[in-house]
Amino acid sequence: MSAITLTINGESKTITAPPMKRLLDVLREDLHLTGTKEGCGEGECGSCSVLMNGELVNSCLVPVLQAAGANVCTIEGVAVEGRLDAVQQCFLEEGGAQCGICTPGMILATHHLLDKYPQPTMAQIQEGLAGNLCRCTGYKRIFNAVESCAKKSHA
Amino acid sequence: MTPAPGQIVGTSPIRKEGRAKVVGAARYVDDIALPGMWYGATVRSTIARGRILSISFPPGVPWDEFTIVTAADIPGENCIVHLAKDHLCLADTFVNHPDEPILLLAHPNKAVLPAAVAAVKIIYEELSGVFTIDESEAPGAPAIWGEDNVFKTYLMNAGDAGDAAVMEEIFRTADFVVEGEYRTGAQEQLYIENNGVIGEYSESDGVTVSGSMQCPFYVVHALELVFNLPAEKCRVIQTETGGAFGGKEDFPSVIGSHAALLAMKCGHPVKICYDRGEDMAGTTKRHPSRTRHRTAVSKDGKLLAGEIDFALDGGAYMTLSPVVLSRGTIHASGPYHWPHLTVRAKAMATNLPPHGAFRGFGAPQSLFAIERHMDKIAKVVGLTPEEIRRRNFLETGGHTATGQHLADKVDMQGLLTRALEVSGYHEKRERFDRENPTATIKRGMGFAAFMHGAGFTGSGERRLNSLVEIELTAEGQPRILVSSTEFGQGTNTILCQVCAQTLGIAYEDVLIAQPDTHRVPNSGPTVASRTAMIVGKLVERASQQMCATLVSAGLTPEDGFRAAAIGYLAEHGALKASARYESPGDIFWDDDKYRGEAYPTYAWAVYVAEVAVDMTTYFPSVTEFHALQEVGKVLHPILAAGQIEGGVAQGIGYAIYEKCVWQKGHMANSQMTNYIMATSADIPPIHVHFEEMPTIHGAFGAKGIGELPMDGPAPAILNAIEHATGVSFTEIPLLPEDIFERMTQTPAGGTEDLEPAIAGPYFSEVGA
Repeated sequence: MSAITLTINGESKTITAPPMKRLLDVLREDLHLTGTKEGCGEGECGSCSVLMNGELVNSCLVPVLQAAGANVCTIEGVAVEGRLDAVQQCFLEEGGAQCGICTPGMILATHHLLDKYPQPTMAQIQEGLAGNLCRCTGYKRIFNAVESCAKKSHA
Repeated sequence: MTPAPGQIVGTSPIRKEGRAKVVGAARYVDDIALPGMWYGATVRSTIARGRILSISFPPGVPWDEFTIVTAADIPGENCIVHLAKDHLCLADTFVNHPDEPILLLAHPNKAVLPAAVAAVKIIYEELSGVFTIDESEAPGAPAIWGEDNVFKTYLMNAGDAGDAAVMEEIFRTADFVVEGEYRTGAQEQLYIENNGVIGEYSESDGVTVSGSMQCPFYVVHALELVFNLPAEKCRVIQTETGGAFGGKEDFPSVIGSHAALLAMKCGHPVKICYDRGEDMAGTTKRHPSRTRHRTAVSKDGKLLAGEIDFALDGGAYMTLSPVVLSRGTIHASGPYHWPHLTVRAKAMATNLPPHGAFRGFGAPQSLFAIERHMDKIAKVVGLTPEEIRRRNFLETGGHTATGQHLADKVDMQGLLTRALEVSGYHEKRERFDRENPTATIKRGMGFAAFMHGAGFTGSGERRLNSLVEIELTAEGQPRILVSSTEFGQGTNTILCQVCAQTLGIAYEDVLIAQPDTHRVPNSGPTVASRTAMIVGKLVERASQQMCATLVSAGLTPEDGFRAAAIGYLAEHGALKASARYESPGDIFWDDDKYRGEAYPTYAWAVYVAEVAVDMTTYFPSVTEFHALQEVGKVLHPILAAGQIEGGVAQGIGYAIYEKCVWQKGHMANSQMTNYIMATSADIPPIHVHFEEMPTIHGAFGAKGIGELPMDGPAPAILNAIEHATGVSFTEIPLLPEDIFERMTQTPAGGTEDLEPAIAGPYFSEVGA
């Protein structure tokens, strides 16, 4: 067991866990942040995506020791004081969430994408979200949500 | 954003549970922890078929810390009941497929379970098994189910198909007889949330199962038998469900029984959530199929008579195979008029895990065959794929192959015209014909025309006898009580829209209860594209009844529903309105003769695929897709389009990406790493077009659409690949290696002559 300190959604947290425990499990079990989902456990589906120091990572592939000192943003840190942020609002309005299980990861991937390309082309959107699988939507409404969000922030 | 009352149906309000989903607050089963909860795991067979000789628990694991459940612990019958009682809850003396559950373990610490599962030692006497339809039906095959490995057969005859002499004469004198064989593979539902449940048990309350599922009352039914308890002591609650697609129709009865058995024995709530590998290897998939067509056609392209042999691989136990087979049988004839048609259908047993429900439910298999076969017939007769279909389409007033009179308007001609127009089919086809001979990336256009029956097949809806209730909350808000579940498709939202519009109130004011079998009536399973149409109609009727009750109490809901509701509650204490399914008088189905009104109504569609095949890598891709359908009234344009787009994406995967690799019945690629579904980078622009012709059978004229989009993509894509490459592929999934093998091994150097007179072994000409 190691004591590991990291910043989660702006708050400093110290947890005691085996150093190889997956960041995903630390979030879900130790910190009760269950918005981060497990879909495959091998970094293929992106349901467990979180932002670590601004980079999009699969938290199922990150041993918690590697996250020591890092700044981690999960879906719980996206809405501020219960107010949806622009990406969440666009996913809602455009039908970008169906069953909702990929949605937290998809929203964080969208944040990462829009940070990198505030006005992304369709090719950049498709490539930027390719690590996040969605079985419900066929992705089109998710693309619409991203485009709508980019448009709004531009306006 | 908020639609005004009175204009709710046909607009796109925000999905009811959407906010919880985008903030990560929606609680799926794996997000729920109960006090004192333990975790469960499943020990599974490592062989396909054989006797269990011994089970032992070697030292090295502190077994006394574990609760171990075997078949001997089952208080009721060792059986998961679907249509037959052949499916064991836990194997005891014999296993019939790899990954079959044999015993269950529970422990307070989840982390110790995998090692314990691996440590259990089971000795088998292995017996030979059968792994395909061909092996199962072969003379001398081991009898693995019943005497002949046949779960179910259907014989469907239209016209004089029952008269062998008549059929023989038609085939003898026809200008052309076209034969073909078509095969489809298994497909994994691949919901992103794996199967998972929490089981609880108490002496006084009985069994409670909460979890990810489509059909809470199916699970109640299964628990009654396993626990030998009355229905009121078997409570089932659906939690937020992260995708289902049929994969959580029948399977939750298995995992639900398992968790509850462990809970009963260990005295704690027990959660079982499969990981991806276990879910893929151990749970149901789409039935693999083989369809053989033999068709008599006239010189002018009229279908004269047909013989269709349709076979499904059902896996080791019957589960839902007979009903999957039934839908496949009825859709095997496509949207065409057949003067004489015989369909001989059978579901065969194999030593694979049981195949089960998956969006489309037999129809994608048989429609793939007919829509590939129609292109072949066109080629043989010398007509275009368009013209051959136009000469045979079903029309208003016509009769389907089951003899169903098509009283509602059917406009396949118009749908085809529009689909080809919006997709630029003719111009593109011409252009590709011009460019392909010198191109290294060959492009093609193909389409499929099809229909999908909405609601349960045959007499199913009558038997379900579904009930919907709406109650008033103390605040005077209507709350819909149904067992119909939300798993992404929009159940919560559309039912609330229907209720709001009928009551004349705002969408936001309508509530819908969590499906809990102790609280909601049985509105039937959430399957078969029946929720919008059948359950929606019941919600509409129950809402009307609620209004009528208020009016007859002297209140005026049109002046303000909430005031009227609160007035009623003050006087009478409570109000609950209800509506039960009533079979329309003109719908009749004869199970024995397999004739009649197979479905209340059909949705009709034409899908057009544009593909590219890279002749260096043989990699096929879909570059543009148009999905045009007639679906009655569209209740929620965004949700409806989302259903179509998602279905098309799954259909693209079914056609060219998703392959289950079987090794002696075990799925060898049970990972997302090597079972490939489409990513955002693989998806072409998907254009969805709706034609609306409201039907009397559905809420505000809606028809079911959930399954429809699964049917068309695969045949449209393979038809387009034939256009691109000149080679007719007849089996899906079609992977680059399949195209490579076929195109480099054909003697003619990879091209197939398109002249019907020399198209070779694929058809025969008789009496021309």
